[in-house]
Amino acid sequence: MLRGKQTWWFDSRPVIIGTGTVVGPDEGAGPLAADFDLVHAELDLNQKSWEKAERLLLEQASDFAIRNAGIRKEQVQFYVGGDLLNQLISNSFAVRELGLPYLGVFGACSTSMLSLALAAQLVDSGAAQYAMAGTCSHNCTAEKQFRYPTEYGSQKPPTAQYTVTGAGAAVVAASGNGPVVACATIGKIVDLGISDPFNMGAAMAPAAVDTIQTHFADTGRVPGDYDLIVTGDLATVGHRIALDLFARDGVPMQDTVFSDCGLMIYDVERQKVQAGGSGCACSAVVTYGHLLKRLNRGELKRILVVATGALLSPLSYQQGETIPCIAHAVAIERGDA
Amino acid sequence: MSSKEYKTFAKQREPSRSVLTNCVRAFVSGGLICVLGQAIQNMYMSWLKLSATQAAGPTVATLIFISVLLTCFGVYDKLAQWAGAGSAVPVTGFANSMCSAALEHRAEGLVLGVGGNMFKLAGSVIVYGTVAAFVIGLIHVIFGIRGH
Amino acid sequence: MQFVWAFLVGGGICVLGQLMFDILKLTPAHTMSTLVVLGAIADALGWYEPLVDFAGAGASVPITSFGNALVHGALTELEQTGPIGVITGMFKVTSAGISAAIIFSFLAALVVRPKG
Repeated sequence: MLRGKQTWWFDSRPVIIGTGTVVGPDEGAGPLAADFDLVHAELDLNQKSWEKAERLLLEQASDFAIRNAGIRKEQVQFYVGGDLLNQLISNSFAVRELGLPYLGVFGACSTSMLSLALAAQLVDSGAAQYAMAGTCSHNCTAEKQFRYPTEYGSQKPPTAQYTVTGAGAAVVAASGNGPVVACATIGKIVDLGISDPFNMGAAMAPAAVDTIQTHFADTGRVPGDYDLIVTGDLATVGHRIALDLFARDGVPMQDTVFSDCGLMIYDVERQKVQAGGSGCACSAVVTYGHLLKRLNRGELKRILVVATGALLSPLSYQQGETIPCIAHAVAIERGDA
Repeated sequence: MSSKEYKTFAKQREPSRSVLTNCVRAFVSGGLICVLGQAIQNMYMSWLKLSATQAAGPTVATLIFISVLLTCFGVYDKLAQWAGAGSAVPVTGFANSMCSAALEHRAEGLVLGVGGNMFKLAGSVIVYGTVAAFVIGLIHVIFGIRGH
Repeated sequence: MQFVWAFLVGGGICVLGQLMFDILKLTPAHTMSTLVVLGAIADALGWYEPLVDFAGAGASVPITSFGNALVHGALTELEQTGPIGVITGMFKVTSAGISAAIIFSFLAALVVRPKG
């Protein structure tokens, strides 16, 4: 059901009945390592190319999600997902193996919540009994496509972010045990003129702020209604900017815990990740692996996950364009909330 | 907030690069690579009885070999994060740019991948060096200035 | 003593590059291209060869020497064979560097995989 301008309110309260999270070695060395279904010791997963490794991550995360949901693969009607690579090849090839009807979407690093919102909408509107949302990213494929060859000696500035190697998938059902997808706010594209691809945090912060404020306006909620509001990958720089933008607009974010997945997935002090994590998998594995477990344990009752994405391409940057960004927010709560 | 206001807003909240530290690191690492180059050149001059001009070619080739080796061991990019321009500006940086591109695109095959992408980063340097040399040569020809 | 000047001059040119990275916020490609052109102009003005005599590898190892070598090759050939020498002479001196980089990179790509 539409609520306000851009928000879907899921009256039937669809449930996330199972998730799967698979990560690489750097994430395995981070603070959330124990929350993931599988941690790979090798960055290439013993595959012949980085791209083959990335799609294997997604295949494995999808298998875990289906297994943890306690259903058979054939019961899932649709898969919704995307990744960072050109033509979404990681998803195309992984879902080819999965064999499910496929809805490919591109939201850059906001894909996790974009796909979750769509999956919940399919189930809530009766268009599916089970829908799966998935996404993945890989540090080396992202560097190869967007920046430099992985062995190239370029010095990354302190504003740069580190793409998470991982995949996260979630199965949404009309009923069952698990956290409920209560509502979702679809974001607008926001571009305030940042053109530096090594400073994504600054580019994406306004989009996150815009979507969060629209969410509050559409739902009539306030920050205090949530135990935790977490952005996808603003990291150190973007998170600080977002906090200041909220303060400037008088939004009482101090009534809740406001954090960022890019700051949670790595130990930013110890690991060499510059400003923090980024990539489609960042918000996906932190949400599906860590945050939902905290919801299930009762540590959190209701959270708002706001995945943020930078919608640039290597070509748009070379042609001197700025970076348009987007953020999608999904409210997830305990079944008894 | 307008674009202009936001860019200022964001700039104020950008962690500053430690320019002095970076320059010191670049100075030390770049200097050391040049010292290594000098040592290699002296070695060729005494072992192979070459003049400085004759030893230049083998010296550069040796430095390039070392750079390719370090790139293959996955070490050059780690050094570069510390050294910055100190590892990028010497000819070792040029070799690293070509070797890293070649290694990365091996997955796309030897012809289209390795062959087609090797000059991805080094291409600009070669193009601009060549064009600059041409313009300078042209100026010499037009104004009748003698060459070397 | 020769090593001291190699260290100082070579380090100095790298600091110039670092300032382009950090203050001018140029990409490595832009920085290297600029340094090559500066090296070319320096040789045209007759400044680079004396620097090489003085600082040795401190001037011949940084990428600026690539620009110097291209101009040197072009102008030497111009003197010897006339205007067409500008094009035919350019890569004479730089041949060793480019050939070595291509050959070693290719051989490396045959046997080594990137580590990420």
